[in-house]
Formats: sequence, structure tokens, C-alpha cells
Amino acid sequence: MLLALGTAALVLVVLLWELARSSVLGAGARAWSAFDQWRRREPATIGFDPGRERRAEQRARELLRSCVEHREWAMYRDLGFIRVWGGLGERAHAAGASYAYLIYPHRPIVAYVPQTGALLNEYCVAFPDHTRPYGSARLPDADDVLAKWMALNADERRLIEVANMHLPGRQVDPERVRRDLARLTRWERELGDASAADIVRAA
Amino acid sequence: MKPGHGEILLAEGDVEAPEQERELIEAFRRELDAGMWAAVPTEAHDGRRRAELVKTFADVPRDAERVIFFPRAAGGAPRTAR
Repeated sequence: MLLALGTAALVLVVLLWELARSSVLGAGARAWSAFDQWRRREPATIGFDPGRERRAEQRARELLRSCVEHREWAMYRDLGFIRVWGGLGERAHAAGASYAYLIYPHRPIVAYVPQTGALLNEYCVAFPDHTRPYGSARLPDADDVLAKWMALNADERRLIEVANMHLPGRQVDPERVRRDLARLTRWERELGDASAADIVRAA
Repeated sequence: MKPGHGEILLAEGDVEAPEQERELIEAFRRELDAGMWAAVPTEAHDGRRRAELVKTFADVPRDAERVIFFPRAAGGAPRTAR
């Protein structure tokens, strides 16, 4: 009796193993493959890459350089901002325009009167990542400057309408802007400007 | 331009080749649907550099070397600290 039951149990176990063998072996192989991939994963995907932002900024500077005027690129490289002539006034898009903008990275665009150096407004504008609205990273500095430059150049009115307008001094220290205008004047003088009207007089 | 990354090549091709042009159009639409602005850097005969915002692929000059997509502008958050 016991012998018969033992034999039946043994046969049952062998039959079950035969039925389940392929799926058990397949699952084992998949688990080993996943473990192997995890073991061989790229070190770069593990942690923070401290050089990523620096490389992004380098690429952004090259892009900026390839898009803006040579003089504007030199201005950004040497002074850290770009001056763009206003295009909506009576003397548009040229040296001697009735107003101009200073584009700083990740700071509001500052409008001023080139002839007097008087500050007009701050236009606060950002370029958020709409695909990741919460806690998204920001553009590299040079990309932010280029985005403002392209938007001002292509459709000044649209950018100004989108921006939050504030009186001077809200975010950018007026003294800093005056110092920057003085630096710009010296810089253009040293550069040997072709047109005297192109020189901005600082207040 | 991608926040946190900088410049990323999305697609490249020759607009004269129909298959490649189709891929460029798809990439263009994808970016605009994602809320990006598209700008074409241009250079005048006198060497003056400018940019042009385009809303459709048909607006892109046929001889344009590149189209730059960047996040749509929005009013910046007010901040009182300098």
C-alpha cells in the first residue's frame, strides 16, 4: 500500500516537473539576464554628473555665437549681457534708437534710453519647460540670452506683451545697470566703434 | 534648447528629399505641439544677423540651415530679493 502511494507520488512529481520545466527555466533565465544587465549598467546613469551643466553651457555659448552679431557675441563674452536696440520707436533697430534693451541671463530684460541712460522698465520673462511644469531645470545662461534675443528680434511686441512689466529696480539693481552701461560705453570706445552714435552714454 | 541640457539635435535632413522632408515636418509639428517656439536664424546680405519666428513648416525658408526650438516665453515669477 505504502509502496504504491510512494510510487504514485513520485510519478506525480515527475509529471508536474515536466509540465512546469520550460516556464521555470525561462523565468530563471530572465531573472539572471536582468541581474546581469543591472550589474553591467553604465556608471553615468547611476549618479549625478557634475560636468553636465558646464557642457550644456559650452554648447549654448557656441549656439549663441553662431546666431547673434559678432559684436553682440563679444559683448556677452566680455560684459555678460547683450544690448539690443528697440524696434518699436520712431528710430528703430539701429544705433541711435529711442530706446534699447539689456539682456541678462536669467534676469529681467531692462529697457533704457540710450541717449540719457535713464531706465524705463524691467520685463520679467522666463522660458519654462512646459512638458515638466513642476521643478523643471532651466535653460543654460547663454540659451536664455539667445531665446530673449531671438524673441526680441523676431517679435518684440509679442515678447513684451507676454512679459511681466515692472518699474526699474524691482529685480535688477539700478546701480548695477548704470555701472553696466558705463562698462558698455568704455568697452565700445576701446573696441573702436564705427559710428559715434552707437556709443551709449551712461547716466 | 532643452532646459537642463542645452542644445539637442532633434532631426536633420534635406528638404528636397521627400522622405527626409516628411521626417522634418513631423519633428517640427511635434515640437510646436509640445508648446515650443520655433525660430530661424537669418543673415542679411549686409551680414546683419536676425531671427524669425515661424508657426508652420511652410514659413521656414527653403534655404534655412536650421530651426531652433525653445520653450515658449512666459511672464517671469515676481521676486523681490535682488
